[in-house]
Amino acid sequence: MYKNLFIIVILAGLGILLGRFLLTHHENTSLPELPAYYTDNADHEVGAANVVTAVVVTYRGFDTLGEVTILFVAASLIAMFLKNGLVRKERDPRPSSVILSTAQKLLFPLIVLFGVYVFANGHLTPGGGFQGGAIIATGFLLLLMANPQAEFKHGLFNSIESISGISYVVIGILGAILGLGFLDNRFLPLGHLGRLFSAGAIPVIYSLIGLKVGAELSNILHHLNEVQNEE
Amino acid sequence: MGTIILAIILSLIMIFMAVAALLVRRVRTAVLASGILSLIASILYLLLAAPDVAMTEAAIGSGLTTIIFFYVINKIRRSDV
Amino acid sequence: MEYISLQNIGLVTGFLLILTGLYGALTNKNILRIIVSFTIFDAGLNLVIVALSYMKGRVAPIIDKTTGIHHLSDKFVDPVPQALVLTSIVIGVGVTGVMLTYALKMFKTRQSLDIKDFKETKW
Repeated sequence: MYKNLFIIVILAGLGILLGRFLLTHHENTSLPELPAYYTDNADHEVGAANVVTAVVVTYRGFDTLGEVTILFVAASLIAMFLKNGLVRKERDPRPSSVILSTAQKLLFPLIVLFGVYVFANGHLTPGGGFQGGAIIATGFLLLLMANPQAEFKHGLFNSIESISGISYVVIGILGAILGLGFLDNRFLPLGHLGRLFSAGAIPVIYSLIGLKVGAELSNILHHLNEVQNEE
Repeated sequence: MGTIILAIILSLIMIFMAVAALLVRRVRTAVLASGILSLIASILYLLLAAPDVAMTEAAIGSGLTTIIFFYVINKIRRSDV
Repeated sequence: MEYISLQNIGLVTGFLLILTGLYGALTNKNILRIIVSFTIFDAGLNLVIVALSYMKGRVAPIIDKTTGIHHLSDKFVDPVPQALVLTSIVIGVGVTGVMLTYALKMFKTRQSLDIKDFKETKW
């Protein structure tokens, strides 16, 4: 009972701090200095039409490398903890309905195609590698829902993930070797604004990130599905 | 004026879902409430002029997080019986 | 009445979600409910950061024919917090996955989801 009171006092204190921030906060009327530089120079320095993509991949590219590392560590931890399911018990699920199996056969290629479209056009429209990877993982989730005994080729997914990760770092080092800076995208030609093959190495980087995130999230879902089958 | 009224309605639904996730009796309903919260937050991001963030939150927050929860709940429920 | 702007609505909703998520994480005993509260806390936090980037009367930061390519810093909202929130959402799902795997392993050792039964690290 005292613990509840203590918790309420702490949360009330936090609420008062946040309320004071809310009372003395004014909306910005013009962009601060750094975002003004990013929005003004994103079209001729980077060549991408989507300014958020330009910020995520080139201006703040090192943070994206950290994020890819964190996802890799999380996927490895989940795979390590859920891996001792060697005793595979044959469970007897109800066969999934005709609607689900037919819809899965029809929709799975379309969902994967849509995911590839989202990450290939990340520098032109809203989208990018992380969104496209999540959409691809949702397609694999539909496959797992329709037939839970589906066999995945673990070797293929693991090698796609590892090769994409290594290629991302190699592209970054290539930018540093050619004298431009780590993860600079200007070693490929910038092209016209708004075309598919423009913005230097951004389509290549985002495709690699999209494949990596898609393979990782599908691996996590498959491990969680395999756990239902053991013991 | 119309967007502000829509934003107020969406905010009220979000706060109601968050309080419901604390107070319901079963864990399944709490997980569903958090999934609906992520979906409504994705619409609110679109009103705040952030289409990239809206797409990411809808795909990852409302799709994958809810389904990971349900896999784990199913495994726990199955081990008991 | 000029206090009811879109940014203020976003900020107030985000702060209430943060407080609700923290209260749920500190009070619940079932470990799955604690993880659901952390998910609510993450959603509120991202909403606060994106709401701070909004400016009235401006559009999303995508260059196309209607915006042109000159004087862009007078037409766009702030793109830097949106880039940070993109990273934050993906990290949130990774951490939620790892937390749920730990909860599954804890359930396998003790057959209980109550955090009062796990007393090994208490002194």
